[in-house]
Amino acid sequence: MRPRIIPCLLVKDGGLVKTIRFGSPKYVGDPINAVRIFNEKEVDELMVLDIDATAQNREPDYVLIRNLAAECRMPLCYGGGVKSAEQIQSIVSLGVEKVAISSAAVEDPSLVSDAARKVGSQSVIVVMDVKGDVSSGYEVRTRNGSRSTGKSPVRFAEELERLGAGEIVVNSIDNDGVMKGYDLSLARSVREAVSMPITVLGGAGSLGDIAGLISALGVVGAAAGSLFVFKGVYRAVLINYPGSKEKEGLYMKVLGK
Amino acid sequence: MIAIIDYGLGNVRAFANIYKRLGIPACIAASAGELRGAEKIILPGVGAFDWAMKRLSESGMKETLEEQVVGQGRRVLGICVGMQMLAKRSDEGIMAGLGWIDAEVRKFDETILTAGMRLPHMGWNDVVPRETGCLFRGLELDARFYFLHSYYFAPNREEDVLAITDYNGPFASGIRAGNVFGVQFHPEKSHQWGIRLLKNFAEL
Repeated sequence: MRPRIIPCLLVKDGGLVKTIRFGSPKYVGDPINAVRIFNEKEVDELMVLDIDATAQNREPDYVLIRNLAAECRMPLCYGGGVKSAEQIQSIVSLGVEKVAISSAAVEDPSLVSDAARKVGSQSVIVVMDVKGDVSSGYEVRTRNGSRSTGKSPVRFAEELERLGAGEIVVNSIDNDGVMKGYDLSLARSVREAVSMPITVLGGAGSLGDIAGLISALGVVGAAAGSLFVFKGVYRAVLINYPGSKEKEGLYMKVLGK
Repeated sequence: MIAIIDYGLGNVRAFANIYKRLGIPACIAASAGELRGAEKIILPGVGAFDWAMKRLSESGMKETLEEQVVGQGRRVLGICVGMQMLAKRSDEGIMAGLGWIDAEVRKFDETILTAGMRLPHMGWNDVVPRETGCLFRGLELDARFYFLHSYYFAPNREEDVLAITDYNGPFASGIRAGNVFGVQFHPEKSHQWGIRLLKNFAEL
């Protein structure tokens, strides 16, 4: 198995944006156009999160999801506004391999087991937004980071495993868009708590940060937003992704294979 | 014409887009009538076993599919859960499979976890064909595909295994029994390797 390097795209008002610490969204382009570019770059997997849907208390945008799924030549994980097992079934039916739930999984954990029974664990992904750092401690947040839950990421991860989730995406709110590296201690604590695959999101600013993550944790998913949509210190929008040789070289260096 | 079965599961449009780009005639079949004229058939799938079997039954295409594959010997390629449906039964559910291959679908052994591997089996893994040509023509070396599953296909007849993948031990990632083919991975989501495999299926 290889690690997965995963661009994570955020959708707001139908366009792609990139945030910093879950705020200051900056428009970076059109979702379908971005998917086409990532197809050409042969990315390992793609994650698309609609950050408006839950905030506006609306249904997922099924037209957008259907178009994304048809365009993607790589596996797609969709999240945003998902509150019921029926919605998860609908999204899988549109051709999406993985459906992410976030706020709803915290507010109603039985949704995870219900969905896993209906569509299979492999398609039920939980994005865990985590506030804090190693000195202040960590807490799971919901509703784009605005709502406190009192839950510890490790305890919540263990609960998700019992409920049958297929993957946890550990997203560090404090590191979002900052591009100074992943929160490795948070990622490690969650990885050690569960036996399902995990993906780490929040903070990657260079391929070196991804190498550092894989070196520290082994085979995991390494997701990033800013890194794959911006170029240079002035954050000029330029969709990019490492080529296959560059990727293999990185794995060779940190994993020796 | 290749018919991609649309029973409300799996990424039918992704298959259609790939064949369109390759200039290979393919259609999406959502009814028995649309399926009837097909020369070859793709049975996609994402999701749980019973849900997939139920959706196929409700689609009204199951009998026509059986007639095409078993009666007329048309080639069929099952993908992921679509592959698992070719077996007689699955640990994941209580419904009977199509039973076209003497096999069952089993849950990955939990001992995998003690070996430090994770479940589900998720991500890009190597696929090693056991023979040259056929579905894996041009994919004999360095072929990798995207996997996303917790259950695997266990054929009772060794000769039905077309390709092998290692995940704490080998399992059948590609199978073939006569005109019935199946792959556990997602070729429609596996870039150049998947496109090649789908082209090979069209050219068989």
